[in-house]
Amino acid sequence: MKINEEIVANIAELAQLDMPQEQLQEYLDSLNNVLELAEQMQSIDTTDVEPMSNPLDSIQHLHADSDDGFVTESNHRERYQKVAPETEQGLYLVPKVID
Amino acid sequence: MKHAQSIKSILNALDKKDYSCRELVQHFLTRIQAQNDHLNAYITVCSESALKHADLMDQARSAGTAPPLAGLPIAHKDIFCTNGIKTTAGSRMLNNFIAPYDATVVDKMSTAGTISLGKTNMDEFAMGSSNENSFYGNVNNPWAAGTIPGGSSGGSAAAVAAGLCAASTGTDTGGSIRQPAAMCGVTGLKPTYGRVSRWGMIAYASSLDQAGPIARSAEDVAILLNVMAGHDPKDSTSLNEAVPDYTQALNRPIKSLKIGICPAHFRDGLDQQTEQAIQIAIKQFESAGATISEINLPMTKHAIPAYYIIAPAEASANLSRYDGVRFGHRCDQPQNISDLYKRSRAEGFGKEVKQRIMVGSFALSAGYYDAYYRKAQQIRRLIKNDFIAAFNKVDLIIGPTAPSPAFKMGEKSADQISMYLQDIYTITSNLAGLPAASIPVGFSNNMPVGLQIIGNYLDESKILNLAHQFQLMTDWHIQTPAETTP
Repeated sequence: MKINEEIVANIAELAQLDMPQEQLQEYLDSLNNVLELAEQMQSIDTTDVEPMSNPLDSIQHLHADSDDGFVTESNHRERYQKVAPETEQGLYLVPKVID
Repeated sequence: MKHAQSIKSILNALDKKDYSCRELVQHFLTRIQAQNDHLNAYITVCSESALKHADLMDQARSAGTAPPLAGLPIAHKDIFCTNGIKTTAGSRMLNNFIAPYDATVVDKMSTAGTISLGKTNMDEFAMGSSNENSFYGNVNNPWAAGTIPGGSSGGSAAAVAAGLCAASTGTDTGGSIRQPAAMCGVTGLKPTYGRVSRWGMIAYASSLDQAGPIARSAEDVAILLNVMAGHDPKDSTSLNEAVPDYTQALNRPIKSLKIGICPAHFRDGLDQQTEQAIQIAIKQFESAGATISEINLPMTKHAIPAYYIIAPAEASANLSRYDGVRFGHRCDQPQNISDLYKRSRAEGFGKEVKQRIMVGSFALSAGYYDAYYRKAQQIRRLIKNDFIAAFNKVDLIIGPTAPSPAFKMGEKSADQISMYLQDIYTITSNLAGLPAASIPVGFSNNMPVGLQIIGNYLDESKILNLAHQFQLMTDWHIQTPAETTP
């Protein structure tokens, strides 16, 4: 299928990527290239084929219950927040969310 | 020639005190200083910490408390988090990111006594096959200036080939260890999915990503895999299976081995001299007593479209964490929260990364999910079934690693799809989760050619056995490029 600039703008919104009008065409072309490539897949009959999301079909492992609970790490908040653009009293600062 | 020795010879020389760990590390640092401006294989060089660590290893050696690889100078792909050291994943997004912890791979390598000389260049977030997508500039292939080293672990492969480290780590999502190893004339292995922990390894496509070693020979790779492999409770997808000693099987005779060749790997688009080098290698395996037979992997040609839906889909989810709030790039003077997210991401990510995020977001969006993402996952199962059928007949599958040797910078960067086709032989093992290696088997137009060896699940020993036996018969793996600077 071919898509249009409107769909590209919508995808950019979903992906939270700032995309000026003049860039839409470039991303539209690249999306159409990949979708054209993906079109090849439609020639394969995949009726009743179970989709594979993990190469080993493994299941999510669960921790065993233990007496000391599930805490395996101590608190590293200060160290981890050192790489944040802006923090205050252990909180991440962002521009006002609600007016 | 300390920098072109095998791991065994280096450890042996350190044992005999031919040189100290400090002298060895200093030797590599001097080479990096002389050559990295040109090669650009390293993004960050850790001279001070490397020398400090070398002194500790010298002390441990004198005290008799040295770990097995004490003093071995290595480099980590800049996708592995390294405590206190800048970790960029080749992106502007992480240009200011000092990782607050070590990846499990980094931790294991360090505990084994290896010394990290620095962090190697790579395609941004491992998305690329030529290293041309790095925010930190192109890497020169040590075999020819102006030529790509392959990608995405291009810096890691180039550093080994140029003798700027004894070995390195890489990651492989669609061929990112094997393809640059092939193009730089070194040996690289992508282990079985889950064999090596992904904890602390910056995620691209989580169901495909796997870390592995890049080194001068199969023997060196085996030594490193012994250290890297194993279950990690911090990675729920890591395999809880015993780790064999990968050096044990290296010397088995290959007489009884059944090797499969897939005709689909030798179709149009394969460079002629590459094919010749591969055919000669096949003859050599045959004369060493291995049985060669044809197998079929009919789904191979559909692997590219399936991969370029699945990998971007997973990437679009993984890369949503880069939002300018907790770490990484933040835009100047955000007007509101939405502006902060959108501009930080648009400025922090490069073009190829944004294109893949767009493809992934599209493939996962309502109305298109079944036609693209679900369909690709179904084809993924068919690809795995192909391999299961093939491995009922043969022990290993061999063929070319890449359709051509390294190409000139800029040659394919304008044509996205022809760049994607670079991965045609490598991505099937990622989709199926199988282990696969690349070893040097000759030259095409004076550039190295790699042979890929794919094995069944957890058959890394068998792959390395075949690779090692080939390297005992040939000298491709010990050839080195002419020094780029005196």
